[in-house]
Amino acid sequence: MLVSRRARLSLRALALLYLALLLLLPLGVVFARTFEHGFGAAWGWVTTPAAISAFWLTVLIAAIAVPLNTIFGVGAALILVRSKARGRRVLDALIDLPFLVSPVIVGLALILVYGQTGWFGNWFVQHGIRIIYAPTGMIVATLFVSLPFVVREVAPVLIEVGDEQEQAAATLGASSWQSFWRVTLPSIRWGVAYGVVLTTARALGEIGAVAVVSSNVAGSTLTLPLLVLQRDSQIGPQAISSAYAAGAELAVMSLIVLLVMTMLAPRGRTA
Amino acid sequence: MIVLIPLAAVIDNAFSQGFSSFWSSATSGTALTALWVTLGASIVVAAVGAAMGTLIAWVLVRDEFPGKRFVNALIDLPFALPTIVAALTLIALYGPRSPLGVHLAYTRGAVLIALMFVTLPFVVRSVQPVLIELDPEVEEAAASLGASGATTFRRIVLPALRPAVLSGAALAFARSVGEFGSLVLIAGKVQIASIVIYDDIESDATQAAASLSVVLLAISLIVLVLIRRWGNRDAR
Repeated sequence: MLVSRRARLSLRALALLYLALLLLLPLGVVFARTFEHGFGAAWGWVTTPAAISAFWLTVLIAAIAVPLNTIFGVGAALILVRSKARGRRVLDALIDLPFLVSPVIVGLALILVYGQTGWFGNWFVQHGIRIIYAPTGMIVATLFVSLPFVVREVAPVLIEVGDEQEQAAATLGASSWQSFWRVTLPSIRWGVAYGVVLTTARALGEIGAVAVVSSNVAGSTLTLPLLVLQRDSQIGPQAISSAYAAGAELAVMSLIVLLVMTMLAPRGRTA
Repeated sequence: MIVLIPLAAVIDNAFSQGFSSFWSSATSGTALTALWVTLGASIVVAAVGAAMGTLIAWVLVRDEFPGKRFVNALIDLPFALPTIVAALTLIALYGPRSPLGVHLAYTRGAVLIALMFVTLPFVVRSVQPVLIELDPEVEEAAASLGASGATTFRRIVLPALRPAVLSGAALAFARSVGEFGSLVLIAGKVQIASIVIYDDIESDATQAAASLSVVLLAISLIVLVLIRRWGNRDAR
């Protein structure tokens, strides 16, 4: 569009102003609030036993959920794009469900399946396995909500690269395993990496699904987002400071994720 | 499947005491209020998101200014930032100690802002690639034939972008309907569906929670079908 200079400048100003008001200003205020009593005080809140335990639980959940979903995501993308199996279209539609279902409903669903009175709850109780109100349930919840990311990033790349090189590898005598490691994986690695980063971001920040299946006990089943939620609902300046410190800690983690995302972003998006 | 079995359990539980008890839970005063408030907010957010998202995508693609790469990276911030931190930022900004002197927290206004925050990337990221593909020469041709900027946008650019804008807005709508994390701290007494479900679960009113969930699931399914239909038309 040949837009007059004035119109273009005002559109640009409007877009930037909207972004600044919606994104930058709020984030700045959180850091300001966190460090208003000095860096030492904030560091103190981040290193309380409850906060350290929450940090490690958050990292643990992500460390389990991300690799599992990566393997599933690459596998599912291969099935969706390369195979002609029946039910492919149904799978394609189902993959997006976790994005559309409220995370709270995901938590409820897990309670109804794995909780004490749930469908499979009895079996797990008899075998002494606790899923709901325990870290296991929180991992399953995280798996559920972050399921689609890798599939959705890898599938378009698979379509784009085509399967000619794989066929060439097969005619040269490569087994399908060799062809996957040497031909397919190298060509989709950026898609996989971007999907992993998105999965990680979601796993670190998930709250709705995890809140429902956690027992919310500080020191054992609180992740960093849950710690923020719990502290914020408590009264008093100390709880608030603790909530802001944990929030800032999460913000720093996610800014690192954002940085990685920007470096990996598909070229088309950076125009 | 990790996805289908749990969702089947929710539907089973909602109807466990017959259809009539599902219906009375789903149409109870609390459930209906929550549903209308949530749907209303989501429609507003999807509409604002569609307009602002298209505008931002246009500025990012067709405009040149220093720091564009930084702004482009910034768009992904709501996806990267945990929603609870988003909520915290809004309390810091609009809460009791607001540096702006604006006290929006615990009102519908705060709910709208929170939803606009978390759904910002959807429309931008779905419109941007289409706009990049769109040849500026067509727009220049329209302009050389005397079309004004607004006419060119309405007649040339918008029709090409429509599927992308619609599917982005539909995703933003779906996300808003189910949003929990960014609202839980700031909704106050505003009845948001996810928060009502959460409170029901906490107070062991499982059947009420499951009934409202089934209604939300139905809405999600409709949105899923719509997105796929628009997506297919786009591909053709």
